[in-house]
Amino acid sequence: MISADIQIVLPEILIAVYAMLALIGAVYTSKDEAAPFLTWLTAGIFVVVAGWIGYNGVGTQTAFSGAYVEDGYGRFAKVVILLSAAAVLAMSQDYMSRRGLLRFEYPLLVALSVVGMMVMVSAGDLMALYMGLELQSLALYVVASLRRDSVKSTEAGLKYFVLGALSSGILLYGASLTYGFAGTTLFSGIMDAASGGVSLGLLFGLVFLMAGFAFKISAAPFHMWAPDVYEGAPTPVTAFFATAPKMAAMALFARVVFDAFGGIVDQWQQIVAFLAVVSMFLGAIAAIGQTNIKRLMAYSSIAHMGFALMGLAAGSLYGVQAMLIYMAIYVTMNVGTFALILGMEKDGRPVVEIGALKMYSKREPLRALAILVMMFSLAGVPPMLGFFAKFNVLRAAYDAGLVWLAVAGVIASVIGAFYYLRIVYFMYFGDEEDGLDGKMTPALWFAAMVTSAVVALAWLPGVNLFGLEAVAANAAQTLVN
Amino acid sequence: MDNLLSITTFIPAVAAAILALFLRGDDAAAQLNAKRVALFATIATFVVSLFILAGFDPTDTGFQFVEEKPWLSGLQYKMGVDGISVLFVMLTTFLMPLVIWSAWDVNRRVKEYMIAFLLLETLMLGVFMALDLVLFYLFFEAGLIPMFLIIGIWGGKDRIYASFKFFLYTFLGSVLMLVAMVSMFAQAGTTDIPTLLTFQFPHDSFSVLGFTVVGGVQTLLWLAFFASFAVKMPMWPVHTWLPDAHVQAPTAGSVVLAAILLKMGGYGFLRFSLPMFPVGSAVMGDLVLWMSAIAIVYTSLVALVQEDMKKLIAYSSVAHMGYVTMGIFAVNQQGIDGAIFQMLSHGFISGALFLCVGVIYDRMHTRDIDAYGGLVNRMPAYALIFMFFTMANVGLPGTSGFIGEFLTLMGIFQVNTWVAAVATSGVILSAAYALWLYRRVVMGELIKESLKSITDMTRREKMIFAPLVVMTLLLGVYPALVTDIIGPSVGALVQHYHASVPAEFSAVVAAASH
Repeated sequence: MISADIQIVLPEILIAVYAMLALIGAVYTSKDEAAPFLTWLTAGIFVVVAGWIGYNGVGTQTAFSGAYVEDGYGRFAKVVILLSAAAVLAMSQDYMSRRGLLRFEYPLLVALSVVGMMVMVSAGDLMALYMGLELQSLALYVVASLRRDSVKSTEAGLKYFVLGALSSGILLYGASLTYGFAGTTLFSGIMDAASGGVSLGLLFGLVFLMAGFAFKISAAPFHMWAPDVYEGAPTPVTAFFATAPKMAAMALFARVVFDAFGGIVDQWQQIVAFLAVVSMFLGAIAAIGQTNIKRLMAYSSIAHMGFALMGLAAGSLYGVQAMLIYMAIYVTMNVGTFALILGMEKDGRPVVEIGALKMYSKREPLRALAILVMMFSLAGVPPMLGFFAKFNVLRAAYDAGLVWLAVAGVIASVIGAFYYLRIVYFMYFGDEEDGLDGKMTPALWFAAMVTSAVVALAWLPGVNLFGLEAVAANAAQTLVN
Repeated sequence: MDNLLSITTFIPAVAAAILALFLRGDDAAAQLNAKRVALFATIATFVVSLFILAGFDPTDTGFQFVEEKPWLSGLQYKMGVDGISVLFVMLTTFLMPLVIWSAWDVNRRVKEYMIAFLLLETLMLGVFMALDLVLFYLFFEAGLIPMFLIIGIWGGKDRIYASFKFFLYTFLGSVLMLVAMVSMFAQAGTTDIPTLLTFQFPHDSFSVLGFTVVGGVQTLLWLAFFASFAVKMPMWPVHTWLPDAHVQAPTAGSVVLAAILLKMGGYGFLRFSLPMFPVGSAVMGDLVLWMSAIAIVYTSLVALVQEDMKKLIAYSSVAHMGYVTMGIFAVNQQGIDGAIFQMLSHGFISGALFLCVGVIYDRMHTRDIDAYGGLVNRMPAYALIFMFFTMANVGLPGTSGFIGEFLTLMGIFQVNTWVAAVATSGVILSAAYALWLYRRVVMGELIKESLKSITDMTRREKMIFAPLVVMTLLLGVYPALVTDIIGPSVGALVQHYHASVPAEFSAVVAAASH
């Protein structure tokens, strides 16, 4: 019995054991000298585990009396999380080494947070959910303040911790209410309890839970931490924040509302739709005034979470599929965009001012072109992938009868297009140059160019998004039934 | 050759990719190579497209050269042409080599310039050939990207304002169309345009917040598409992006914008609004007719007082597009024939007029009408060509401009005499602004010191105009070249429209128009 359970959570256990062994090993031996090696090793392990999960997983299995669910939906999220975390690690090694930021704890903390995320997306019980969430969050708090001697970085870490703890508290309160009124922490049990009519207490529990999730995905109005943390954390860490944890938290969100509250879609649909519309508009409008590209990306991600929530708000099978496609494309775009941001340097120092991109196209035509592709994709202009992501969630929202949400979404995307265009304007339309002279390491260059080629060309008939849709459809199928 | 359309569409894109990947350096030789590759690719596209025209059977009102491949999320990659779209394809492939050739003197970031135009050609061709809603939207919207860059990078002084306005204005118009497309997908279960053309969208009136929506869903869908096409067209009162964009765009950009991009709006009305939402069109048709009439008179008057040559021609374009929308929403054979004819003819004439402005702009670097005068003394060839296209713009019989205006007016007269009367006054106004412009720029004594050394057109410039002159004259004296090809398809469209508008709605229209 127990061995069968362990069999199911073997990937998580392996990464966790690896992280702990490597931690001890590095402490007793070479410490930070081993950091570059550990970074690459961790990235490699992520890729191998992603392949293992992606190719080997079949069917739905539950472990620990239903507290842990291993299904196609979880596997989809895990593969995205692992691959994006691996990409971010590969991108960050050189950047952090050169600035003396690369401590051996960094890759291992990332590994631990990834374990947390994997538990999150497979949670079948409120306890497992909370444990995964906290493991992920605690590792992230530390990573955010990795640059100990920088005021901004420590501030970011502290802010993230305080607000994160608050949101965890809210979430825990919601969980306890849910437990109190449903009599169980098991999702399937909550589902049964809710099926005979929702009590007010359970509804409160649901609302508090959702507030906690909204914080984790930085959906408005729980977004306040995101711009400051994005700005303060070292750029590779920001890249990590923008990708894997977002996927994990969004997947968890969908998991809870469908697995535990799937019978009362009409109760949470309005809340999700509200979060979606507020996030889309706030992200679009607040980003206009930003001059720091990391803050801009924070607002951009708030807006994107709004769009992903639009898929979730549909509350349908197709909605989950659209959300998964959206998140996969979102993660791809962010990996590429942050690779390009990491390449912005002047005299060896990182530059994050948007104004520094002036006439970037003169000096670095290829990189400027890649940024251009990313910006149009983030804005949702066809033929870039960002458009197909938006098209899917719009369809899902429309099919669910949320026409107003779809219309609001496209209007927000027009407002949002302005600030993406502004970056293109800086890179292409100016006269004088602002000499960014950073070189990109092969890993960075590779990540940027591959993602932008994918983003620009994967729509072509014959490529068809590499079959992402069918995979997402299968994954959604296992969640919604 | 069962994928002739895809080949035609993607030749320019392949050439653009070759330029992007293999051309290095920015010296004179590299620049010349970029131009040569672009010119060769556009000519090759034109030659290949001639096979489309040659193999096209005008008597068949269905789609021809259809190709189909599975695509994303249940969509189809489906291309095809019918009598309505085939000539727009030809217009595009015909004009693009001239556009590239006219940009021969550009010397700033030439490679990127050529790539932008080549990509733009692919996207424009795709718009006219796409037979899937989302594929159409993809080409339609993606065209904004190269045009945004063309205006923003190679444009004039206020290019940034103009490029942002252009992009955001048209983007806002189109996203509503996207929602409408999603809705059509949901209702009809397909995005296949030939299937949708025969699909009946519900038209039962319902009320929203106390308003009765006559024509129901069809009217709403119609409005969403209208938001996009009216901006693109552009129709009064959403035309304000066009003068800005035209004035700031480089010459070649203005030519493409006026000659081809504006036609996407008219094409959209013919492909989507009329056949797919006949009831919506019937309900809203009168509004469009009056908007067109106002556009013709109002923008002609605005054109009269312009001091910038490009702006004047831009306003004249808006006025001429007014005839197009008027002809389309008259929904009879003459009206729609005339609208398509007017669009093609306007493609040649406005393209040529912008090239005319480009010729003197290249020499004097100003577009102020006041800066010129008496050019005939030093530029006789230029004076002749400019005269010819001014007359064509006015609609002189014998030029293609006349046929388009006459047919659309004839079409509208059968439907709504008042609109016809107002619109006809536009003919006089267009003569006023065009001839006055010509007088101020070309006629009179050459007294301005700066103009004393201006040179006449080079051989290259003359050769660029030659095909345009030929086409304008040819279509002017033998319009059957066009109407024979578009006639049957237009006839089928008109018949389908009148068959699918229930009596109560056509009664509404008839009552309102007399």
